[in-house]
Amino acid sequence: MSQFQLNGRPVSVEAEDDTPLLWAIRDDLKLTGTKFGCGIGFCGACTVHLNGRAIRSCITPVGAVAGQHVTTIEGLQPAGQHPLQKAWVAAQAPQCGYCQPGQIMQAATLLADFPNPTDAQIDAVMAGSLCRCMAYVRIRKAIRLAAAEMRAAAQPATEGARP
Amino acid sequence: MNASIRPDGKDDRLPSPARRRFLIGAVGTGFVMAFADASQILPGTPEQAIAEKVYDPALWFRIDSNGVVTVNVIRAEMGQHVGTALARIVADELEANWADVRIEHVDTDPKWGLMVTGGSWSVWQSFPLLSQAGAAGRIALVEEGAKLLGVAPDACVARDSVVRAGARSISYADIVKRGNLSRSYSAEALKAMPVKPVSERRLIGVDTQAIDIPGKTDGTAVYGIDAHVDGMVYARPKIPPTRNGSKVVSVDDSAAKTVKGYLSCATLDDPSGTVPGWVMVFADSTHAAIKAADRVKVTWQNDDTAGVSERNLLDHAAKLIGDASAGATVVNDAGVDEAFAKAASTLQQDYTTASVLHFQLEPVNATALQKNGIWEIHTGNQWQSLILPTLAKALGVGEDKVVMRTYLLGGGFGRRLNGDYAVPAALASKALGKPVKMICTRADDVRFDSFRSPSLQRLRMGFDAAGKVVAMQHDACAGWPTQVMVPSFMPKGKNDRPYDPFAIAGADHWYNVGAHRVRAISNDLANRAFRPGWLRSVGPGWTNWALECFIDEAAHKQGVDPLTFRLNLLDASGGNAGSAPNAVGGAKRQAAVLRRVAEMAGWGNALPQDTGLGIATSFGQERDMPTWVTCVARVRANRTTGVVKVEKLFLVADAGTIVHPDGALAQMEGAALWGLSMALHEGTQFEDGQVRDTNLNTYTPLRIGDVPDLQIEFVASTEAAVGLGEPATTVVAPAVGNAIFAATGVRLRHIPMRPQALLDALKKPAGPS
Repeated sequence: MSQFQLNGRPVSVEAEDDTPLLWAIRDDLKLTGTKFGCGIGFCGACTVHLNGRAIRSCITPVGAVAGQHVTTIEGLQPAGQHPLQKAWVAAQAPQCGYCQPGQIMQAATLLADFPNPTDAQIDAVMAGSLCRCMAYVRIRKAIRLAAAEMRAAAQPATEGARP
Repeated sequence: MNASIRPDGKDDRLPSPARRRFLIGAVGTGFVMAFADASQILPGTPEQAIAEKVYDPALWFRIDSNGVVTVNVIRAEMGQHVGTALARIVADELEANWADVRIEHVDTDPKWGLMVTGGSWSVWQSFPLLSQAGAAGRIALVEEGAKLLGVAPDACVARDSVVRAGARSISYADIVKRGNLSRSYSAEALKAMPVKPVSERRLIGVDTQAIDIPGKTDGTAVYGIDAHVDGMVYARPKIPPTRNGSKVVSVDDSAAKTVKGYLSCATLDDPSGTVPGWVMVFADSTHAAIKAADRVKVTWQNDDTAGVSERNLLDHAAKLIGDASAGATVVNDAGVDEAFAKAASTLQQDYTTASVLHFQLEPVNATALQKNGIWEIHTGNQWQSLILPTLAKALGVGEDKVVMRTYLLGGGFGRRLNGDYAVPAALASKALGKPVKMICTRADDVRFDSFRSPSLQRLRMGFDAAGKVVAMQHDACAGWPTQVMVPSFMPKGKNDRPYDPFAIAGADHWYNVGAHRVRAISNDLANRAFRPGWLRSVGPGWTNWALECFIDEAAHKQGVDPLTFRLNLLDASGGNAGSAPNAVGGAKRQAAVLRRVAEMAGWGNALPQDTGLGIATSFGQERDMPTWVTCVARVRANRTTGVVKVEKLFLVADAGTIVHPDGALAQMEGAALWGLSMALHEGTQFEDGQVRDTNLNTYTPLRIGDVPDLQIEFVASTEAAVGLGEPATTVVAPAVGNAIFAATGVRLRHIPMRPQALLDALKKPAGPS
């Protein structure tokens, strides 16, 4: 049995410790936004945050996250209005959409590390997230849109209010 | 070749409005608007007809007392935002406020008629009838609105779900609440209600956000793999060593018994013959099912296909192509052999393509249960009408006892046209007497894939003394999906032999080449050794690779610029003049997109060393519904590493009327990158009865960092709307191959084009190839 924080709430699962976190989240905790793609950490569809950073839940045993904070796409922003999610809609990025929760969770870590990412940084960090529909042009566009919004929001609000 | 043949021989083409009447009947607090067969006798009032579902359910919508318009969608949503495009067509003619429009993806029902999503057909097939339905609905609303306003209908204008007469107005919602929309329009009355002129379109051709997208960004979108039913048991299959010829000899689950949650295993008894040699492993969780299946040992007896590899398949293809009597002649003009015999010179080349996996990101899965005597199959699927009879046979029940519940597809790409994966879940549920959710690991999914067959093609062209093309022959040999899965779909060739239309489309091109022969040959060894599948763009994925490389080679042989050479052959004369309604303008339109893309790409301009432009074109999927598309690739080749960098792809498409421009662009982007992925990054090998690569550690589709600049343009057009899901897929590989030739002088004739192939070719002494 493992206990951890999922999207800010304490949860406990009966699953054996070697169960991939992915299946604990999907089967036991019934949150299905996190997807199964390859099972070997090569596609990124299962990406969640562990203590705020992207990990592949398909190769992370649930026993290894005991006592820690796990965030899934459902918890990134409770109303689904994270700047990345809004940008994903604005750019009309998803096609089949199956990889997109993982893409968005990975992109959140990208922007935490690189608030104004270069193309090379996007390529490097997003390389592990496969989009089989090949919606990559729009994924890149959405990342840039979200980055701009997040940078604007991070500007000191006093700037425009100077006497 | 078209969609007009069903497995049961009935015509599945959506009928023309000429044979339809239109019904509007009250249902609940709203009205259903639907077509009905004009020859059918209606049971009393439109209400009764609607209640008894004596209408064509594939095409209806309803409007409720809040003015909400719900459009029924029988097509699968797999990334193409198809519901949005189809609903826009209805809503535009209906003059509905787009904010009040909803879509509903329905479960299977015999009443729906043919349910298939493929071939880039959805918009093309549905456009005329959806327009007519919307127009009829609008006219009824105007008539009834006028009555309520006390004015003449021709004094009224409908716009944004409101009927106005001067300063007075009434909303659609109020018309539904207060009026009586019940009506039945005859086929003649329908004909007298023309759809709006293009200049009056308000939604078609205008961008909007796709209805399905928000749920795909917050985890609420529900795919087949997310299905959950109470009391379900998890199952994972043991995939046998060969697709068709394995028998279970023994099963030993002793090692699985130590897995917590392991329940049992069962050898599936499959009266439909869909999954011979399958053993299903049951557990109380996905993880336990995966782990236990790893430990269950199955011994199989295999047939000879366990020894078949890609080389055998291509050798067999070479033997078949070498036999002039083999195959079906799809095009066979008079005098082909004579024209070749008289030709002043000829050119002949062979081209090959490797096996390609679908690798849709959601591994195939299905959840099955029996409830109240009905089998429910919960899964994402592209061709419900094809698999339903098979499911019924497998379960030993009538087709009316099986329903497929509709889910989003985590990628289709043709994999889910073949619904074979639903069968083992159903059989497992029947064997266990409980609801079963079948999960495949990625390797299971790949080993069970109906992947794209490897192909071998031989092309030959004859020229007269003046260099004019006087003869052409195109022989293509590959595994045939349609022969394996739906043989009754196969038309007959000129020599009266059946052929898979989808496996040869593309070879029946719009170039005028004199006496022309196209020969389609089934690779029967491939058909036995695995289940060849329809994969995005199907036949044109290989035929256009060969055709467009070969045309380039022919141009160079004749010392003519490849663009000019193509334009000369696309003279739109004779059989290539095109015809209404779908191919107005014929080859002229293909020539036009070629000229435009050449202009965009700066064709003919000087380029840096080892950099080259290559051009290729296509008419998309079928001559019956041509999507004129063309691509120029700009590549830079590294002579030391053999790596080809695709710097930019320029694409132009003429797909007639574009319903949802941003959705159309997304389809072009995805299709072009699929084409690039198959040109350079993907491809596997069949080895000893199995595909070699079963996961992303060795199978390497294109990733974000591999994406070149894309410049995509649509021709502004009001011609018939045709398909966009596939056409751009087929032009990229030959454009890249032709660009590599332009950059290096090396001609590659196999996809994927690997760096090693380029290096090997560069090492060879220059000379005739």
